[in-house]
Amino acid sequence: MKPGHGEVLIAEGDVERAEDEQRLIEEFRRQLDAGLWAAVPYTGSAGRRQAHMVRAFGDIPRDAERVIFFPRAAGGR
Amino acid sequence: MILALAATTLVALALLSDLIIPRVEEAWSRHRARRGRAPALSYDPGRERRAEQRARTLLRSCVDDEEWAMYRDLGFIRVWGSQADGPDQAGGTGGAPYAYLIYPHRAIVAYLAQTHRLLNEYCVAFPDQTRPYGSARLPDSDDVLAKWMALTGDERRLIATANMHLPGRQLDPTRVRRDLWRLTQWERARMRSSGAHSASTGVDAG
Repeated sequence: MKPGHGEVLIAEGDVERAEDEQRLIEEFRRQLDAGLWAAVPYTGSAGRRQAHMVRAFGDIPRDAERVIFFPRAAGGR
Repeated sequence: MILALAATTLVALALLSDLIIPRVEEAWSRHRARRGRAPALSYDPGRERRAEQRARTLLRSCVDDEEWAMYRDLGFIRVWGSQADGPDQAGGTGGAPYAYLIYPHRAIVAYLAQTHRLLNEYCVAFPDQTRPYGSARLPDSDDVLAKWMALTGDERRLIATANMHLPGRQLDPTRVRRDLWRLTQWERARMRSSGAHSASTGVDAG
């Protein structure tokens, strides 16, 4: 998510391929180091859509279609 | 004669310089400050519209059909609270179900689901300090999605991060109550329509 732009594709790949996975891990770390939060939307057990906040690459479900990075929350006015 | 006038003018200017020079300097520094504050990129309505369109597509792909329809029709999304004793430690809800209303670029409002009593406002922002297009502000639908993900993913952390205020600080309570009434009407209409659709499908199938 970017001001003035909306969704931006950062990286894509297949986690089953070691080369892709390494690239995705590096990009994941870069985004978190830049201060962004990461979330994976999914359908919960009750059938409702919700998000799973992830803090490490290992937290991402292997079958996740995407990880969304967005600016960290701050207290507003 | 001319020489005398010129000399008098020079003397007058010299005497007034103490007053004039600081004002000129101040005006110049104000002018420079105004130029410095101007964003590097000017506001482009077309770019903002395209950004909002992309943000709406992303939001729609993440939330429930019902939540998407709610946002499209009413301009906000309701998210149910999941803490046993309400959104924060300050005032428990006694186990009563509660929910939040998420508006774009406005405070999140917590309320009791059954009585519609407003609990608190939570002011939260998602500023992008890189300011890629001269602004730190996300498109409206991205702001809603960020709040939705943070609330459904880690409600406690988002509420702890937000600045909490009593209802009415940013959003007019009358307007929020009216939105809750609109939501009730909207849900009834949706249930009626869904019931009618099921009945009609049943007749067709028979």
